[in-house]
Amino acid sequence: MFDEWMAKYEYLIELAKDLPPIQPEYKTNEYLIQGCQSRVWLRADYQNERIVFTADSDAIITKGIIALLVRVVNNRTPHEIANINLYFIDKIGLSQNLSPTRSNGLLSMVKQIKLYGIAYYAKFKQ
Amino acid sequence: MMNAVSMQTALDIKSIRAMFPALSLSVYNKPLVYLDNSATTHKPALVIDGISDFYRTRNSNIHRGVHYLSEAATLAYEEARNKVKDFIGAQHSHEIIFTRGTTESINLVAFSYGEKFVHEGDEIIISALEHHSNIVPWQMLCERKNAKLKVLYFDQNTELHPEKLDELITPRTKLVSITWVSNLLGTVVPVKEMIEVAHAKGVPVMIDAAQAIQHFSIDVSWLDADFLAFSAHKAYGPTGIGVLYGKTEWLNQMPPYQGGGDMIETVSFEKTTYNQLPFKFEAGTGNFVDAYGMGLAIDFIRSIGIENIAAHEHQLMEYAIETLSRVENFMMVGNPANRAGAISFNLGSIHHYDVGMLLDKMGIAVRTGTHCAQPALEVLDIQGTVRASFAVYNTTQEIDALADALRFINNIF
Ligand SMILES: Cc1ncc(COP(=O)(O)O)c(C=O)c1O
Repeated sequence: MFDEWMAKYEYLIELAKDLPPIQPEYKTNEYLIQGCQSRVWLRADYQNERIVFTADSDAIITKGIIALLVRVVNNRTPHEIANINLYFIDKIGLSQNLSPTRSNGLLSMVKQIKLYGIAYYAKFKQ
Repeated sequence: MMNAVSMQTALDIKSIRAMFPALSLSVYNKPLVYLDNSATTHKPALVIDGISDFYRTRNSNIHRGVHYLSEAATLAYEEARNKVKDFIGAQHSHEIIFTRGTTESINLVAFSYGEKFVHEGDEIIISALEHHSNIVPWQMLCERKNAKLKVLYFDQNTELHPEKLDELITPRTKLVSITWVSNLLGTVVPVKEMIEVAHAKGVPVMIDAAQAIQHFSIDVSWLDADFLAFSAHKAYGPTGIGVLYGKTEWLNQMPPYQGGGDMIETVSFEKTTYNQLPFKFEAGTGNFVDAYGMGLAIDFIRSIGIENIAAHEHQLMEYAIETLSRVENFMMVGNPANRAGAISFNLGSIHHYDVGMLLDKMGIAVRTGTHCAQPALEVLDIQGTVRASFAVYNTTQEIDALADALRFINNIF
């Protein structure tokens, strides 16, 4: 069981290392997500009718989780993001198995991603 | 209190551990290594069973009934008060007010002492080491009264100095409220000297003893503290109960904190007169079952001997500092000469939260983050720490396990 855990964490750490860091000028309170014990910054850009997310965290495991999330949600239309079903979080065992405070952080991240979807949808109606 | 240090520990930790049911837990199929004792300690069976037994055999509201059970419950509550009084060396049992814990005790003083003695332009002094519970109530008071909150800063070793307090005190200073032991760093503050300095200028002092009561012997009469607060749950007792000790002269002058049953003498719609101490400050049905449980926790501590606990924990602390310092990347936060209960650290540039999560998976419980002491971390200019904190039942093997786990984490990153 422990090995399974370590494998999962090592994978998250790898993902984190591959995630391009957010530009330092965006590491501000404006992009900071509430509800994470570690600090998480999330930014959404609208390009070619799609949303492109960039994210970062000072804790590497958290950053790995965001990397996973960003992979799934990137380059989708605002409509898709606003309605996305993030069942994969359950499926890969992140929500039950990460500690409660951690999954709160995860929840805030997901909420913020959806909020960006809703906001861009309201703005561009797509 | 510190002469206990040179004593050889004669404690049989194995048999002490056997008194704590939770210590035989496994987490993720690993034996639990519990190093989060500053947050709350585990409880001996004596306390757990005693509380359960109380509900079975003595439960009834206190100070109210004419009947047998009510009398028995009232007696138990007042016996618990007496045990606390003796435990902390107070003169009178009416100087022991039962509260929900340290936080409520501090809020009580901030409100009631503040109502009576603090006015516009006055000053309250706290230190930069304080837990949020010893910051926010004073900020609220200062906002209410248009008073000023002043801060006593620590030096590069995270120590506080009485001379600096002396410099801060002015004729407008109405109270100093200061922690005995920092929950973040384990720094032991020379509170006796602080009190002497403040009293020399006629200023009363409140001591936050939340991280002191479980680690060494306390005598409020020797200390000459005006107020002192602690929680039972950090000292082997139940949650939801704690103590405010206050000198009679202050408590008598202060208005009640909350209104309700038990705290009154007579009530009419025109005027209510208040009950005597300590009941004036205990509105509503007190948490008599947990007060009884706190009394049992004191029995537990006494059966081991607080000096023996202090000596054992001192050895653990020395062993921990020595062992952990040999771990690559181990960076202790703060360097006080006198440390009790807790060590805060970081592991190189690895985020404290990553360290905490991985330790958890290895069965080691620590706390990570800001430890309700954000201003202190701001002064230190760090985001957070990992904190390992000890109780009488911890062993050097557990510290070895922590050191091994930290080496393992070093290798992952
Ligand atoms: C120094 C200090 N003061 C106050 C408190 C608050 O205690 P409680 O939450 O039991 O009221 C704590 C608890 O962590 C503490 O460590």
